[in-house]
Amino acid sequence: MENNAVKMEGIVKRFPGVLANDHVDFEVRTGEVHALLGENGAGKTTLMSILAGIYRADAGNIYINNRRVHIKSPRDAIKEGVGMIHQNFLLINSHSVAENITLGYDRPRFLLKRKKLEQEIQEIGQKFGLEVDPQAKIWQLSVGEQQRVEILKMLYRGAKILILDEPTAVLTPQEVQELFSTLRRMAQAGHAVVFISHKLEEVMRISDRITVLRKGRKVATLATRDTNPGELARLMVGREVFFDIKKSPPKPGEEVLAIRDLHALSDKGLPALKGVSLSVYSGEILGIAGVAGNGQKELAEVISGLRPAKGGKVLICGKDLTSVSPRRVIEEKVAYIPEDRKGVGTVGNLSVLDNLILKDYRRAPFSSGTFLNLRYIRDHASSLVEKFQIITPTLETSAKLLSGGNLQRLILAREISCSPKLMIAVHPTRGLDVSATESVHRMLLEQRENGAAILLISEDLDELTAISDRLAVIYEGEIMGIVEPKEVTLEEIGLMMAGKKRKMLESSEVTS
Amino acid sequence: MSLVLEKRESSSPLVNFLVPVLSVLFALLLGALIIYLSGFDPGVAYMEMLSGAFGSGYAISETIVKAIPLMLCALGVGLAFKTVLWNIGAEGQLYMGAWAAGWVALSFPQGQSWWLIPLMMIAGFLAGALWGLVPGILKASLNVNEIITSLLLNYVAILWVDYFVYGPWKDPKGYGFPFTPFFGEGAWLPTFFGTRVHLGIVFALFAAIIIYFLLKSTRLGYEIRVIGENPRAAKYAGMNIFRNIIIVFIISGGLAGLAGMAEVSGVIHRLQHAISPGYGYTAIIIAWLSRLNPITTVLVAILFGGLLVGGFSVRSIGLSESLVYVIQGIILFLLLAGDILTRYRLSWRGRS
Ligand SMILES: Nc1ncnc2c1ncn2[C@@H]1O[C@H](COP(=O)(O)OP(=O)(O)OP(=O)(O)O)[C@@H](O)[C@H]1O
Ligand SMILES: [Mg+2]
Repeated sequence: MENNAVKMEGIVKRFPGVLANDHVDFEVRTGEVHALLGENGAGKTTLMSILAGIYRADAGNIYINNRRVHIKSPRDAIKEGVGMIHQNFLLINSHSVAENITLGYDRPRFLLKRKKLEQEIQEIGQKFGLEVDPQAKIWQLSVGEQQRVEILKMLYRGAKILILDEPTAVLTPQEVQELFSTLRRMAQAGHAVVFISHKLEEVMRISDRITVLRKGRKVATLATRDTNPGELARLMVGREVFFDIKKSPPKPGEEVLAIRDLHALSDKGLPALKGVSLSVYSGEILGIAGVAGNGQKELAEVISGLRPAKGGKVLICGKDLTSVSPRRVIEEKVAYIPEDRKGVGTVGNLSVLDNLILKDYRRAPFSSGTFLNLRYIRDHASSLVEKFQIITPTLETSAKLLSGGNLQRLILAREISCSPKLMIAVHPTRGLDVSATESVHRMLLEQRENGAAILLISEDLDELTAISDRLAVIYEGEIMGIVEPKEVTLEEIGLMMAGKKRKMLESSEVTS
Repeated sequence: MSLVLEKRESSSPLVNFLVPVLSVLFALLLGALIIYLSGFDPGVAYMEMLSGAFGSGYAISETIVKAIPLMLCALGVGLAFKTVLWNIGAEGQLYMGAWAAGWVALSFPQGQSWWLIPLMMIAGFLAGALWGLVPGILKASLNVNEIITSLLLNYVAILWVDYFVYGPWKDPKGYGFPFTPFFGEGAWLPTFFGTRVHLGIVFALFAAIIIYFLLKSTRLGYEIRVIGENPRAAKYAGMNIFRNIIIVFIISGGLAGLAGMAEVSGVIHRLQHAISPGYGYTAIIIAWLSRLNPITTVLVAILFGGLLVGGFSVRSIGLSESLVYVIQGIILFLLLAGDILTRYRLSWRGRS
């Protein structure tokens, strides 16, 4: 008999208006990495939140090590050895790594010797390849390191079953590699690992078995070696999925965005942009490639008016819009899909309807003078929900209850509906399932057809090379070179991302 | 074993309704115990309280008289809270509104003109708004904590009024008591049906309806909701946060100022020491319990008006005044505790 670390049986979870889990059976064996796949809103996070004690199932049983358990809270879960690492970390920035790891932990603090604690953390870290300095403060760490702290925290509390909800979405390729070797080591040490991701290639690489959910139901559990990405996509979506995108040849028009020698500071007050110059033309997609934290966020914020420039110019359709208010930029029909969907792009506690007018509410016909035109707004919102296939029980549903993919569709729907001249898209497909990713790509290409200029900031090289017309590589706040994706190899891009400047040899290839 | 609070996934309508009701009942039970221990019959005391607050036409009218300033203050406070601006200064804003209205009234002792009351309203609103503007500007421009500034300004306002009623404006025929002469009758708000219920009730109901529609269907209301829930998204949407903070403080303070105007013009008919028994503070609780909904605020304010009036009438059976405040305190305390229970769930955690 297989040794099931976890067995969930007939799990049902209803939310108002949605059946998030519909009699789901799910098993994870000791010593395996088990991938959980499914479209946005399929119920992956919900199922795992039930196991981790965040939600209570309406029906169904949970067995851990073949013993029936009743998990009513995250504390119960950790007592049973279940630890979940969420996509947005729950760390306290001003505290040290060691303090964060012990925070809220039941073991009486005064019995813990700091030296001993730090030593323990380092031991666990070494065992699993999770090295971090226990004395470092959280704010000093990169996103990848913060994730390690979250994993360490769970391991320190004795988790034997680790759930990682889309852990790779925020990591660089290098960090993904390190995470995977950690996951392998944990599995070898007899832990059970549940890994949620939308990237089929990653799932194929790391998992031993795969469970696929669709619309709240389990459709299959397969051994990874017996399947392939095509089959997985089909199981998830319920139909054939095509991976290649049809893209017409570029017809670049006039210059929409011109950035000249732009300088800006990061949140920590350090130089983040050091003389960036770029142009984006109507009808083209300019991709920005680079490892996270090399100035991409600052670039998007300066253009959209959220961050002042320290030098240089931002011109949109010839108008100088350097360091003007966000409102001025919006009025120039600049759409901005921010990286942080929940913290910046939407208002979680307000309704889908309210969120859909965030950019438009002040202009006619959404409002006239003082008053909002509620009837028009409602019609507009329901047509967007339909056109962009935002899955929501009602227009009054709080945005925070939408699944990741649907939230992103909401933002896209809003930003595209103002027929932008310039669109800044930052990680627009992060966390989206295959078909949602495909539909975002289609929408961006559609905007390009309509003559919008698009600045696409992403870490996903496949995405960048697939849909951009030109690719700029950014490193430490400087542009290393601008190339045509077809003309370079991934290695060359990789080298530029690591700081190698490309000589101007592409100038002979690009038609001006 | 330890007791912990767990956030509820969502609070059901039943819980939302039941918890306040149960907490009032529980508070009454505790209060009964205290009344019994001090040698009175709780049943009699409660009946007295109820009939004192709602038992007759007169009782209800008195309850409404007390509810008027509570409504106006709570509506203003609630609007500020909605924007996540903790305006604790309604009490001071009320005093300043009363003072400014009194100043106008005393300047025209013979005034019978139609414009006197509108002028007092404008003066009251503006003075309250100005008092709200101080913490508002400090918050919006320098990010000074508005809880502290608005709270401390309460004391300034109360002492400001005291200076005038003990000093320059003191009634020479008042045997040295700290009040001004009565306003001319032209400065009295009209009352209804021979009760003390005055035109202020119309201001309050009007304000509730305006705020309801302001939040629901105006651009300003939309901005207030977005800024209150997520200032970063508001910036991203190009909203002017500075301007909104200022506007909210003006409305919030202005409504409290109007409450002060209504209180002196409709009830007291002059300025005096201690115009308000803490309306501005009770308003904070009312705003909170009504979940910042302007319509609910009106109803909750009437309940609290009843609590004040009922508490007052229990004294007639000999229950001491402080005991009445104890009971009121218990009710408030348990209502707030109950409010937490609608958002969180209590559960026992064992340690194994
Ligand atoms: N607290 C909640 N209240 C109401 N509905 C919810 C809640 N949490 C999730 N849902 C809904 O339940 C469904 C399943 O959501 P869940 O977050 O589990 O999906 P998911 O598979 O993790 O999707 P994603 O890949 O986008 O993260 C969605 O339709 C979502 O809108
Ligand atoms: Mg999820």
